[in-house]
Amino acid sequence: MSMTMTQKILADHAGLKEVQVGQLIEASLDVVMANDITGPMALPIFNEMATEVFDKDKVVLVPDHFTPNKDIKSAENSKAIREFSLDQCLTHHMEQGKCGVEHAILPEKGIVVAGEAIIGADSHTCTYGALGAFSTGVGTTDIATGMATGQLWFKVPSAIKFELSGELQPYVSGKDVILHIIGLIGVDGALYKSMEFTGEGVKALTMDDRFTICNMAIEAGAKNGIFEVDEQTIEYIEKHSTKDYKVYKADEDAVYDQVIEIDLSKIVPTVAFPHLPGNAHTIDEINNDEKVIIDQVVIGSCTNGRLSDLRKAAAILKGKQVANHVRVMVVPATQKIFVQCIQEGLAEIFVESGCAFNTPSCGPCMGGHMGVMANGEKCVSTTNRNFVGRMGDTQSLIYLASPEVAAASAIAGYIADPRKGGE
Amino acid sequence: MIANGKVLKYGDNVDTDVIIPARYLNSFDAKELASHAMVDIDPTFVERVEVGDIMVAGNNFGCGSSREHAPLALKTAGVSCVIAKSFARIFYRNSINIGFAILECDEAAEDIDEGNQVKVDFDTGKIYNLTKNKEYQAQPFPEFLQRMIKANGLVNYVNDQKGNTNE
Repeated sequence: MSMTMTQKILADHAGLKEVQVGQLIEASLDVVMANDITGPMALPIFNEMATEVFDKDKVVLVPDHFTPNKDIKSAENSKAIREFSLDQCLTHHMEQGKCGVEHAILPEKGIVVAGEAIIGADSHTCTYGALGAFSTGVGTTDIATGMATGQLWFKVPSAIKFELSGELQPYVSGKDVILHIIGLIGVDGALYKSMEFTGEGVKALTMDDRFTICNMAIEAGAKNGIFEVDEQTIEYIEKHSTKDYKVYKADEDAVYDQVIEIDLSKIVPTVAFPHLPGNAHTIDEINNDEKVIIDQVVIGSCTNGRLSDLRKAAAILKGKQVANHVRVMVVPATQKIFVQCIQEGLAEIFVESGCAFNTPSCGPCMGGHMGVMANGEKCVSTTNRNFVGRMGDTQSLIYLASPEVAAASAIAGYIADPRKGGE
Repeated sequence: MIANGKVLKYGDNVDTDVIIPARYLNSFDAKELASHAMVDIDPTFVERVEVGDIMVAGNNFGCGSSREHAPLALKTAGVSCVIAKSFARIFYRNSINIGFAILECDEAAEDIDEGNQVKVDFDTGKIYNLTKNKEYQAQPFPEFLQRMIKANGLVNYVNDQKGNTNE
């Protein structure tokens, strides 16, 4: 019986030799994660089932959404998970000032590795598929169950295979790849399915590109995104983690619902217009239309707040000024990235060009704080969702783009082509 | 189990950000969440919705964030069930986990109009449009999920199972 990467990981975690599409299985979990929005809601549910977490090494609570706490209620929520994490003696205790955005901090601290089955009470938990893990977002009751039992039921998904070839052009990165793909298959194009990324082109993508691509698998409706493991993945895992990992390869004759070939060299800077991540336009299409004048730029988040993202943005902003009518929030995704920005001089470039350089937080991405938008405002954002009201007023507009496009647009004051340096 | 109510109809890709915007997620109090349900897509929803009402929508209902606050807000606002062409998978799981009824049915989602009176029989998956005098057949749940819905959610199901083991 032939299986995809995802199916093999699920079979192993369910103690089965093989699984079939649609089969309901109960899988053991390697990491169970929640944040300061989903975690507090999970605690009363957890208490109905257990008094202790199933494994203190495997449960992680990350205060990142409304932190630094924006109001009293969110402070109470952070307090609830902080006390729980300390009471339960969780090995990976996370605190503001020492962690960062969940989907950046877990790989960085080596908490997630290849071959694992991971759930997180956050839809972008699919990010860790970049490491060759099965990783998926769930809700509060599921996460409480995972914390209590270390197990969860899954329906074995079918898969779409993305056969990547070629290499990305300058000023094109993982964000453009995934916006292009969602534009191609639609926001429910991979509903209930795995998106499996393989082919010669994988090796030309950095780990950060892969994190960005898997991060947005959910925006195509996918259960998970997963990359085939290569030398780069192994190097990343061995540098960041001491955990055992396991490499799964899809069978040669694995069956896919669809095989889509993507030539990376043909991808150009891409922007998702309001109000769906699948509403993709290439930068060339936009420049031919009327200019989209913007008010705000956000560079950061679990999608694009990693060091290479900030390096790319800084390279474009260096020696330039943010347009007079534009405000820019640069938000490194973790404390480590924050300090690297300082050491490499990126922080200085951001501040001197007129950007706010903020502490790690999910804040602006979901209109939480640190960059909420007013009626009629437009934002170019490196985040992952441009739904109605996502970043503030329901009449504000979000354009999803890469750090390169975001930086070029910040200088120009309208959506701009990074290949032209924001001119 | 039977639901019987008037229909509130929406389109494709109703996301969890419009079902319950993040600005209200500093609370997980069900009643408070319900008081803001659907505000960014339909500010009149909270005033119009009556206990037992049925929501009908297109593809990919509940896409986006994993916030369980979304099905909880709809359930607490009085919605008895959602009929859609398809559901985003996390919303689907969350709904079942809190014992909130959802049904996939292309034909019903297409044919039922705003304000229609609709009756749903969850045991058979049959949907009756009393206004149009029509009948549709929804996809039945797998047996495992039926048991979970009957147990009124995952927590009770897990506890029931534990109870069974102990006995």
